[in-house]
Amino acid sequence: MDWTIEGRAWVFGDNIDTDAILPARYLVYTTEEELAKYAMTGIDPEFPKKAKKGDIIVGGKNFGSGSSREHAPMGLKGLGISLVIAESFARIFYRNAINIGLPLLECKGIREHVKDGDVLRVDLNRGVVKNLTTGVELKAQRLPEFMMEILKDGGLIPYLKKRKLKS
Amino acid sequence: MGMTLVEKILAKASGKRSVSPGDIVMANIDVAMVHDITGPLTVKTLEKEGIDKVWDPDKIVVLFDHQVPADSIDAAQNHALMRRFVKKHGIKNFYDIREGICHQVLPEKGHVVPGSVVVGADSHTCTHGAFGAFATGIGSTDMAAVFATGELWFKVPETLYFNITGDLKPYVTSKDVVLHIIGEVGFDGATYKAVQYGGETVKNMSVASRMTMTNMAIEMGGKTGVIEPDEKTINYVKEAMRKHGRERPFEVIRGDEDAEYEEIYEIEADNLEPVFACPHAVDNVKPAREVAGKPIDQVFIGSCTNGRLEDLRAAIKIIEEHGGIAEDVRVIVTPASREVMLAAMREGIIQKFYKYGCVVTNPSCSACMGSLYGILGPGEVGVATSNRNFRGREGSLDAEVYLASPITAAACAVKGELVDPRDL
Repeated sequence: MDWTIEGRAWVFGDNIDTDAILPARYLVYTTEEELAKYAMTGIDPEFPKKAKKGDIIVGGKNFGSGSSREHAPMGLKGLGISLVIAESFARIFYRNAINIGLPLLECKGIREHVKDGDVLRVDLNRGVVKNLTTGVELKAQRLPEFMMEILKDGGLIPYLKKRKLKS
Repeated sequence: MGMTLVEKILAKASGKRSVSPGDIVMANIDVAMVHDITGPLTVKTLEKEGIDKVWDPDKIVVLFDHQVPADSIDAAQNHALMRRFVKKHGIKNFYDIREGICHQVLPEKGHVVPGSVVVGADSHTCTHGAFGAFATGIGSTDMAAVFATGELWFKVPETLYFNITGDLKPYVTSKDVVLHIIGEVGFDGATYKAVQYGGETVKNMSVASRMTMTNMAIEMGGKTGVIEPDEKTINYVKEAMRKHGRERPFEVIRGDEDAEYEEIYEIEADNLEPVFACPHAVDNVKPAREVAGKPIDQVFIGSCTNGRLEDLRAAIKIIEEHGGIAEDVRVIVTPASREVMLAAMREGIIQKFYKYGCVVTNPSCSACMGSLYGILGPGEVGVATSNRNFRGREGSLDAEVYLASPITAAACAVKGELVDPRDL
């Protein structure tokens, strides 16, 4: 199955923690729609107004560090963010995003080659990121097969249900 | 080739004779904990997916610590949702608003034993590695899978071993040790890896001091923090089980002599001094003397990192010795649990905090939550004994948080500015 994502990039720095992605005072909300209103407001209060459906977030090292709050990837997904690409991810955020069906990609050097507003085309199957604005093509780390399966099924629980919950 | 402590626990939990770093294993879970922030997402996921049976209600712990008592209508509704869930599934291990922070309450009540696998929908679940368990933080959907099946996949991590030797100098604590380590390896220096602490300095530490170190493994990206169980650990665990009627056998697991570590770091405790983790990153660690003199607005003494009895004792001792706190500094003290609160009351510590004008709150995540209370306004500077100083963590994006030990934090409360406690 062809799996290509195309979208406009928003570029952030290293160490974007979960308090930046979803500040603690909004953790009482439990749906993607509600959480979307506060996504990234710990670093850019205007972000939910600026972001459009299909946009891609680009981060540096250790994206999603800190808390285990799944509210963070939920807010991004609710906002319509189609993909997060970063130099590296903190592990709980990484699992959480895959588990709710938000695609991620690790790509070394991504921040040097993408500016705010650049349009990226990403081939998830091949793990290739192409910056359509500049023409630069980067090789990312392809997701492991079982994580691709989880994403295709729409998240961990649907994936497990398909496989009768227990291995 | 031998296995590390973490490898041996994961091998046992997945029914394998041996595992190596990088292996993906399906591990049986011994304890699965959610709190009032992460639990509602887990419950709603289960409901949405039509899963109406949990694998083992006796292995699930539900606890409220982040928004206690409820600080909003939304929080009250989340609490009510969790109370219904607990009742429906017959979950007996339920601690409502009164008990304190999950990472203090679980060991105190005898839920955590050496050699077990503990998952919690909270990133500081790594704290429980102080008891020789494999303990790690997971998200709410992973937890829904655990609630449904009792198992979860893990990639077996490499282990970084920190061998700490020598004696800590006066005014230097395990918090300074772990902050020093994080400053060395960096905020992502242990990502996907297990962090193990050992050596004579750790052996000489109390269980509470060890918990401070395992608690902060996540602040360098660690999957877990772990310390090999010894007599102190076993006594603590047995006493907690006995007190709360949870006696059961457990297997003490230790690493093999010939275990392979990805890296061994040698740390000389004698060389360490009081430090601050400066804004806005936990690895921005500096000697206290280097940043001393900056005026502060608030001091927070509490959290799963440093809200235990020995922490409160150390803080009040400093405040008492110097006759009180600076007039224009707000001091918030939050014991980590009801048991800690009661013990501190018996020793007269809480009365003294009040006497000196500190605000003592109910056991909870308190100011570390950045929404319950103790929120910093724009331009304000706080000192905290907690574990994170991210921008906005304790309130305004324009506030600053300096992390320190309870001794150093108390010294700052006395002086009204950042200070090295040795210079007070």
